[in-house]
Amino acid sequence: MEHYLALLVRSIFVENMALSLFLGMCTFLAVSKKVSTAMGLGVAVIVVLGISVPVNQLIYVNILAPGALAWAGFPDADLSFLSFLTFIGVIAALVQILEMSLDKFFPALYNALGIFLPLITVNCAIFGGVAFAVQREYTVAESVVYGVGSGAGWALAIILLAAVREKLKYADMPEGVRGLGSVFMITGLMALGFQSFTGIAV
Amino acid sequence: MGLKAFIEKVEPDFEPGGKYEKFYALYEAAATIFYTPGKVNKANTHVRDSIDLKRIMIMVWMATFPAMFYGMYNIGVQANDAILLGGGTLPDMWQAALFTALGGQIGVADASVMTLFFYGACFWLPIYAVTFAVGGFWEVLFASVRKHEVNEGFFVTSVLFALTLPATVPLWQVALGITFGVVIAKEIFGGTGRNFLNPALSGRAFLYFAYPAQMSGDQIWVAADGYSGATWLSQSAFGQLDYSNMDKWFQAFIGAIPGSAGEVSTLAILIGGLFIMYLRIASWRIVLGGILGVVFLSTLLNMIGSDANAMFAMPWYWHMVIGGMAFGLFFMATDPVSASFTNQGKWAYGFFIGFMTVVVRVLNPAFPEGIMLAILFANLWAPLFDYFVAQSNIKRRVARVG
Repeated sequence: MEHYLALLVRSIFVENMALSLFLGMCTFLAVSKKVSTAMGLGVAVIVVLGISVPVNQLIYVNILAPGALAWAGFPDADLSFLSFLTFIGVIAALVQILEMSLDKFFPALYNALGIFLPLITVNCAIFGGVAFAVQREYTVAESVVYGVGSGAGWALAIILLAAVREKLKYADMPEGVRGLGSVFMITGLMALGFQSFTGIAV
Repeated sequence: MGLKAFIEKVEPDFEPGGKYEKFYALYEAAATIFYTPGKVNKANTHVRDSIDLKRIMIMVWMATFPAMFYGMYNIGVQANDAILLGGGTLPDMWQAALFTALGGQIGVADASVMTLFFYGACFWLPIYAVTFAVGGFWEVLFASVRKHEVNEGFFVTSVLFALTLPATVPLWQVALGITFGVVIAKEIFGGTGRNFLNPALSGRAFLYFAYPAQMSGDQIWVAADGYSGATWLSQSAFGQLDYSNMDKWFQAFIGAIPGSAGEVSTLAILIGGLFIMYLRIASWRIVLGGILGVVFLSTLLNMIGSDANAMFAMPWYWHMVIGGMAFGLFFMATDPVSASFTNQGKWAYGFFIGFMTVVVRVLNPAFPEGIMLAILFANLWAPLFDYFVAQSNIKRRVARVG
């Protein structure tokens, strides 16, 4: 139990997807104008990561890894060259399902997320989470915890950024940094704040 | 010719169309040091009381004086003790040379209070001067280009920044740090009142990560060469600090311990801190929330206990007196701009700072001190706390009004 708790804390804070690994930046910078939208996107990312990491982990271990097909009578088969393709496919399918269910059940959130929802497919935070989990050879339970944790870390980061941006909405910034420029600066300064966790050994 | 007459005489030169039009911000800053501007509101007035931004900033600036003066004296005391013990020599720095050239003598058994104070001043005043000059340069530059007034907030930023630095920090690093703090953390977002991070602390954090050799906080900060040891915080990380020794606690409370100028004396900080709290510039909710956060987590960790980590056993009253805890809580966390605005938000924000400080100090072996990072981290959360308070108010009101 303690092991899973440590993994959760590490994936949320120490290895924060957005602010210490800087993954998933496009959506992070673009959909962080309002806290409510950021929360919706954050939840979507948690769901997608929480499902796609363990699913891809299972697929990799049972089908793609070298020697994984021994149960089907192909002990020498090595399909790992297909892994990236498979991961992307699985993520795309999951996002598609998520998009349809949001459209059906939460139309307001669906409209607010707009084009950025399908773009979760190519969000590098998702793919990064999957690739890390496979590379670190997590078990199924570990990859569920890792998927949910890294999703929650990313969601936390974008919600914090959205709150800061709402606060700075009427700030009189110099011409050159208005808009996206200032968001880059805010992200960098936020990463400075997240430094408190580097070095925590859990 | 009187000063007032002179200021009025040169004023047209600085106004639009005058020959020094570009330097209006500089003129305005100088003139308002001496006189209250004659400008009055033309539309509806919104004056709540006579305390304006300038008065507030000057009060906070003055509130740091006890900590500042004690800090300078303490730099001298620590260096004197180190040299007396034979642990170090007079450092080969121009500050020390200046001290000797002016007839000062350090490392003698009966050094007077004034001598020790003077030694500390030789080290600390250049740091403050550089902070003020370089930071002031950026402030005036932005004010001139962007046509706003030089803000007194910089008085506070500069003194707080200088007080958090170790005595032997190279002056070019001081210049770099305050530049980062003023330009990146504040002016980029539109100047005073728009920064979401504390400018003094962001400059300090920048130096901390960029030049860990001079800023680490493990090695002792004493203005004497060839002397090294551990600060009390790292001593306690190795289990070398006896928490039951109340004489030592009292020593730390008074401030006779090595450290940066501003952070050492909890007593001096308390004098200044209670003063600005009494004036209601610093929020008592944040400070009390911070103390509660420290008490809560450190007591919890005391109860859990750990064989490997000696910091687990540190009681909360020790957390309060060593390191920068008191200074950060009273002067940095209460910065009204980067803190939460709402009252409930202030409680949460303060509590979070206390909690995170103990987390970093105890659970993170990479950093001995946690208050700086805790405040910067809590600065990120402050707008979110406000957001939730505002949302719950809206919800309540909707439920009531319908």
